[in-house]
Amino acid sequence: MAEYALTTPLTDEAVEKLRIGDRVLLSGVIYGARDAAHKRLVEALDRGEAPPIAVEGSVIYYVGPTPPRPGKVIGAAGPTTAYRMDAYAPRLMEVGMKGMIAKGKRSEAVKRAMVDRTAVYFGATGGAGALISRCIKKAEVVAYEDLGPEALRRMEVEAFPLTVVGDCHGGDLYLEGRKAWEGKA
Amino acid sequence: MRVIQAGQVTEALTRLGIEKAYKIPPDMLRCFDAALATEKSETGREILRQIQENAAIAAQGEVPYCQDTGTAVIFAEVGQELKVEGDLEAAIQEGVRRAYTDGFLRKSILADPLRRRNTGDNTPAIVHYALVPGDRLKLSFGAKGGGSENMSRLAMLRPSDGEEGVKNFVVETISQGGANACPPLVVGVGVGGNFEKVALLAKKAALRSPEARNADPYYAAMEEELKERCNRLGIGPMGLGGTVTVLAVNIEVFPCHLVALPVAVNVNCHADRHGEIVL
Ligand code: SF4
Repeated sequence: MAEYALTTPLTDEAVEKLRIGDRVLLSGVIYGARDAAHKRLVEALDRGEAPPIAVEGSVIYYVGPTPPRPGKVIGAAGPTTAYRMDAYAPRLMEVGMKGMIAKGKRSEAVKRAMVDRTAVYFGATGGAGALISRCIKKAEVVAYEDLGPEALRRMEVEAFPLTVVGDCHGGDLYLEGRKAWEGKA
Repeated sequence: MRVIQAGQVTEALTRLGIEKAYKIPPDMLRCFDAALATEKSETGREILRQIQENAAIAAQGEVPYCQDTGTAVIFAEVGQELKVEGDLEAAIQEGVRRAYTDGFLRKSILADPLRRRNTGDNTPAIVHYALVPGDRLKLSFGAKGGGSENMSRLAMLRPSDGEEGVKNFVVETISQGGANACPPLVVGVGVGGNFEKVALLAKKAALRSPEARNADPYYAAMEEELKERCNRLGIGPMGLGGTVTVLAVNIEVFPCHLVALPVAVNVNCHADRHGEIVL
């Protein structure tokens, strides 16, 4: 288990050295999007339109925060469950998305796409909404404003604590972590 | 007849709803400490430390503990010698509405399950009433997360499946869905009653304190055994592998028909926000 401090956008070299179980502190620009924003992003791509974000090397965070208190950047902002985005993630990897942040298991199609496209899946601690909100220094809606809490957001993060839960070598910590501890007390 | 005003219910519930979103109850905090002391995986311990730090930050009152501030679930026990002046149901809904609006909590409730328009204020809350002796009103409140709720299951077992069948169903439920429910979990189990009663029992169990064991030693022993079996699954904190998957298994039981053995498992996550008020 190695520890890295990484900054977005992510390169193939940065992604290739990551292995499941590694701890990463991520800084830089990431994009916040959930189900509805993913649907629109993929529809835009399918129509041949340029997406409203810089996809190359990007990291997308599956998040639906609480409303910010006045004067605050964002409310509680922990990860949402990833499987609802499985239908869209491979298409985004095709156009250069390099990382996803969420929680929970992924489909075989997503895992295959991560190997084919050299991408990584980071786990953020589910439910740690207050802790994570401290790492988010700036947040603004950049597209699909009508979706409200589900709008597409650009966020600037500093030292966002993550665990590599899926790597580009086919590793899946949800399977292997459990196997390592099964039967133990 | 003792008399209280419906407005008192609204006020008390608003306060409780906001408080619970920010302050995880002390029994949960003690369970996190115990979990950190027993967890063997280093990744698991790191996650538990983050969960503790998250609780401390949220308790300062500026950012809720989790961004899914849940469905508001309320068990209302109404004393038969109490008169509530005004509309009790409306007062409860108004309390929830104010908690989620004034407390800057997320509104996650949709007006229709298929057409999916958000109601904008997290109402309606789900309220279960019971008439009880006395002249008090007790409101047990839970803000129940959606991700963990989705991993819950119900089965009408055969009586011949017996105790083993019930226990296996609980362990299977955690084995299949535990990783996606933000472990470490509090597992609510209902046994007996009928189809709708068993789900209600499981919900009550899921919102019960993780430190309170069933009063019947037979079921208390089953709770301990199930906790141990679930923890041997290896799922660990956040499903990344480890020896702490559940903090507690809480069982609630009710008499049932001779041909029946209903069982329900309501999964609660580490964001187990529960509390009560008595008016
Ligand atoms: S399952 Fe619980 S801890 Fe996880 S995101 Fe939902 S409410 Fe929060």
